[in-house]
Amino acid sequence: MKNVLMPAPHRILSVVHETSAEYTFRVECSDTVEHGQFYVLSIPKIGEAPISVSSRGEGYLEFTIRKVGRLTEGIFGLGAGDTIFMRGPYGNAFPVEDFKGRDLVVITGGTGLAAVRSMLQHFYANPGEIKSLTLIAGFRNKDSVLFREDLERFKERFKTIYCLDDTEAEGFKKGLVTEYIRDVPFSAFSDYNVVIVGPPEMISFSAKECLMRGADEGRIWVSLERKMSCSVGKCGHCKIGGVYVCLEGPVFNYAEAKNLID
Amino acid sequence: MAGLKEKYKVYAPKRFPNGSIRYGEIDSLSEIVVDEKSHFSPKEVYLPIAQTIFYFKDSRCEESRPEDERDILIFARACDINAIERLDTIFLKNGGTEDAYYKRLREKVRFVLIECAGSFDGCFCVSMGTNETGNYMGILRDGKIDTQSEPVFVRENKKAVKIPDIDESIVKDVFGLEYWRGFDEECAGCGRCTAVCPTCSCFDTIDVIYNETSLDGERRRVWGSCMREDFAAMAGSHNVRKRAGDRMRFKVMHKIYDFKKRFGVSHMCVGCGRCGARCPRDIVFSDIVNTLADEAQKLKAKGGAAL
Repeated sequence: MKNVLMPAPHRILSVVHETSAEYTFRVECSDTVEHGQFYVLSIPKIGEAPISVSSRGEGYLEFTIRKVGRLTEGIFGLGAGDTIFMRGPYGNAFPVEDFKGRDLVVITGGTGLAAVRSMLQHFYANPGEIKSLTLIAGFRNKDSVLFREDLERFKERFKTIYCLDDTEAEGFKKGLVTEYIRDVPFSAFSDYNVVIVGPPEMISFSAKECLMRGADEGRIWVSLERKMSCSVGKCGHCKIGGVYVCLEGPVFNYAEAKNLID
Repeated sequence: MAGLKEKYKVYAPKRFPNGSIRYGEIDSLSEIVVDEKSHFSPKEVYLPIAQTIFYFKDSRCEESRPEDERDILIFARACDINAIERLDTIFLKNGGTEDAYYKRLREKVRFVLIECAGSFDGCFCVSMGTNETGNYMGILRDGKIDTQSEPVFVRENKKAVKIPDIDESIVKDVFGLEYWRGFDEECAGCGRCTAVCPTCSCFDTIDVIYNETSLDGERRRVWGSCMREDFAAMAGSHNVRKRAGDRMRFKVMHKIYDFKKRFGVSHMCVGCGRCGARCPRDIVFSDIVNTLADEAQKLKAKGGAAL
């Protein structure tokens, strides 16, 4: 019988320091992964945690991890050649097929950008698949900006608005992402989707702002982050009412997500 | 008994030196406490409080092995025998995967029914429909295992519980009830209720190391509790259920609404009443359920008037 809780060792190929508190680990792995799915990463002695796939490529996956909590501190001690244990992929994915040929608005807060990065990279490489892509990416401050090279490249093919919570900087406006949602021409779109990923409050305020600007709730998709100790529907941590985020999520249509009460 | 122990590890509610009545291995049927309700449920036999799930050895993970090949015989009451089906639902059905650690113990479990001479304080099994069961090999009668007689089940409890009539039309309002805020102060968040509950299945994992210089160690699964403040706390200080009242709401709604909504068959709660008996703040679960039944009725009436 397959033991669904047993992780497998994988080799770390490289580590990129995105910021002082966020590293991207490239891990040897040939799994087929959809945009929005996650793995449970595990460090012996420290524990395990669900981490979204921030990029995928031939023979590797990337995970971008923020240095908070015991597990993530343990991971930060690892480098190329070291072994990391993981299991997955878990969860559903963004309905990317539905996004094709339509306008797409992606709104991210902080590390939330990691969960949509592989999808953004896909549309960057295949711009013909999408009618337009607007990316509103918010960060706390200049030191917490992630994926700088990607953000720079995305400007070429996407409409981009990058912002910092309380400061202005070159290439970054000042303010929260919610302040820039008003610039999205929802009324000019004939058919569109909105993706929102970030901390719980950011998701909630951004979705409300989109609705106020005339967006249809059935067109909004959110990816929820919750504590998990198994990711296979057993441990109970990620349950919200009758829904398990690890099984039915992490991606939810907002029409459903707005009714999920923790 | 010697014959039984050759084939089975035998567990029953017995009195421990500190006075608590808990499930443990027995050597004689006379050890079984029959005339009082056990303080703890039998779940710790097939869902251990702490269980090694694998070992880290030389950069590999090695699955733990069961310690005993014998089957497991448990002397249990109807409510607790019904409770194991709720755990089966989570560990063997939810998400379409089976939990290997639960399954390997669960497959060994056989029950002997302990009849209830009468309803104990706080019991509400009749309201939950868990006062009867057919899942037993024999009945404990006069200090022996009787495999011939028909069992006698409790038909009435001193406590009756009204199951709230909650559906999609009012569930958001039920979640939003001001009533839950009373538990922010009242509930201590200690987790006693979930520890004694025969259907609470949530767990955490912890890693244990043998020494500082090597990676060798083990990962253990330990009982978790949704009543504890850190249950839904994520790395980076986001906690979606900071308030005790929110955690109480989460537990209560799982037990009498959303488990059944998801899986369709029965409510999760089996009405053993242990949670209320063990609560240091005297919060009685069955009273909460009855209050919710009244509130649900009021909400329905209001909805009807508005229509």
